[in-house]
Amino acid sequence: MKTIIHLDTIEKRFAEAVVVPPLSLTIEEGEFLTLLGPSGCGKTTLLRMIAGFEEPTSGDIFLDGKPLGHVPPYQRDMNMVFQQYALFPHMNVEQNILFGLKMKKVNAAEQKRRLEEVLQYVQLTELRKRTPKQLSGGQQQRVAIARAIINNPRVLLLDEPLGALDYQLRKSLQLELKNLQKNLGITFIYVTHDQEEAMAMSDRIAVMNKGRIEQIASPAEIYNTPQTLFVATFIGENNIFRQASTCTAVRPEKIKLYRTDEQPGKHRCKGKITDAVFLGNLRKVFIRLDGQDQVVMAHQYAGDGLDWQVDDLVAIGWSQADEVKLPC
Amino acid sequence: MLNKKPTKLLALPALLWLGALFVLPMLLIVMLSFWKRGTYGQVVYEFTANNYIRIVDPLYGQIFWDTFVVAILTTVLSILFGYPLSYYISRLERSKQQIWLLLVMIPFWINFLVRSYAWVIILRSQGVVNTILQSLGIISEPLPLLYNSGSVMLGMVYTLVPFMVLPIYVSLEQMDRRKLEAAYDLGATPWKAFWHVTLPMTKSGVVTGSILVFVSSIGMFVVPDVMGGAKSALMGNVIQNQFLSARDWPFGSALSIVLMLLSMLLILLFFKATKASEKKEGTA
Repeated sequence: MKTIIHLDTIEKRFAEAVVVPPLSLTIEEGEFLTLLGPSGCGKTTLLRMIAGFEEPTSGDIFLDGKPLGHVPPYQRDMNMVFQQYALFPHMNVEQNILFGLKMKKVNAAEQKRRLEEVLQYVQLTELRKRTPKQLSGGQQQRVAIARAIINNPRVLLLDEPLGALDYQLRKSLQLELKNLQKNLGITFIYVTHDQEEAMAMSDRIAVMNKGRIEQIASPAEIYNTPQTLFVATFIGENNIFRQASTCTAVRPEKIKLYRTDEQPGKHRCKGKITDAVFLGNLRKVFIRLDGQDQVVMAHQYAGDGLDWQVDDLVAIGWSQADEVKLPC
Repeated sequence: MLNKKPTKLLALPALLWLGALFVLPMLLIVMLSFWKRGTYGQVVYEFTANNYIRIVDPLYGQIFWDTFVVAILTTVLSILFGYPLSYYISRLERSKQQIWLLLVMIPFWINFLVRSYAWVIILRSQGVVNTILQSLGIISEPLPLLYNSGSVMLGMVYTLVPFMVLPIYVSLEQMDRRKLEAAYDLGATPWKAFWHVTLPMTKSGVVTGSILVFVSSIGMFVVPDVMGGAKSALMGNVIQNQFLSARDWPFGSALSIVLMLLSMLLILLFFKATKASEKKEGTA
């Protein structure tokens, strides 16, 4: 794997506020990297620094080993898909898509060839003469992507590109985007606050919190072996058991529930069921531990046999292999 | 009916006001323009097309021409001065924007005639500019800064530029900055981004401002009167004269109607031209 982008201890401060404390990050060519975090975690600022819309207060960004320094966005070999698409309202679909090639003075024949290709690719051939206003959200999103990829950028930056769409459409476009990335072989840097989206699409996820990258790893690693308390609780659901300076995280699907008289050797704590929510493929059971404020969540799948009722007394257990020790 | 659409009622006060104070006088002017002037300046209620026939005269043709040239130049200069200023203001912080907009509008608080005479004091032979230049020894004779078409233009642009700045500022403010970032991202230099994105997206402001400035400068008579002297009579002055000095209301009305129709024609052509440029961009 070849490094395409390297962020070398870049820092961003607005006035006195540190938005991104010094941070380094290496992105491999052709990978799908997601910057995931709650709003205000600095992920968009990081993306905008890579695009060139914000300048790092210190540190530098390297593209193919060359420092980008003060290189303005219009000279960087990358393109961005904006959050609300930022399509040009006074141009139709075709003109929007061709804008980048026109700016780079690509010859007319080449423009036409690439336009047809891209229109086919994003299935907008029929809508080519429409203006953005005459398009649905999903169609606008396609135009935004087409407008970016027609330039054959080295890197495609995506700032919550599916954020404005409804759930069903988002689901199908996630797969489309992932396939697009695989087929084009372009490096994607994708910003989202939606962990499901990140999980479904990414090769690697960088989980960000307060401007820091808490962990950067594959979706499976992030889920199974979170390295910080933040990652453990931000990604998926988790039960955190505190003991002095260490925390133990156990996913709800790994929690086993026992009757108080059943296999006493496996009991770790006891409690009383306060809630049981049926969600179709699983039941979420909430247990208040005896003598503590903590509520533990356990997922019970159909066929697990026991049909727990609210107010039942239960014992809780899990196997050593399923727990993750974290500093806290 | 009214219960279903109560919003219609909201337009009523303005409609009544305009009906009474605009449409009726307008009709009166149209009627006047077809009546005769009596020997003592009174209106004689007899039909005649003579007022219009009189207008077909190279003398008036020249004045119409001058009026439109001045109005068009005033509009163009107002765009050239107004757009950069609006752009600058729209890029400032909110609090500073308000101060600048206030500065743009402050001249409206001072009587129009007073402001025009202030310019006379600045520009006349013994005026501020000439006195300073002479005392510095830069010039020996006073420069003829006043009473020419240049000074008229200066006064016009000075008076009307706020009408250009405000609508352009509004359209710049409404423009989504991310569109500009998208243009940069796609390889547009700041100048190209301005030309291909900002300007087309703020065109409505320029069009609105242009019409406001153009229409206002067509009817303007105080500025050419005070700052232009006797030499540069524009249509506004001629019409004013017909009503106030020559007491030929029918002829003044006919001139007004022709001026208005010609202005409307020009604005129509202007609209057509801006629409055409849109289409041209569409095929590029």
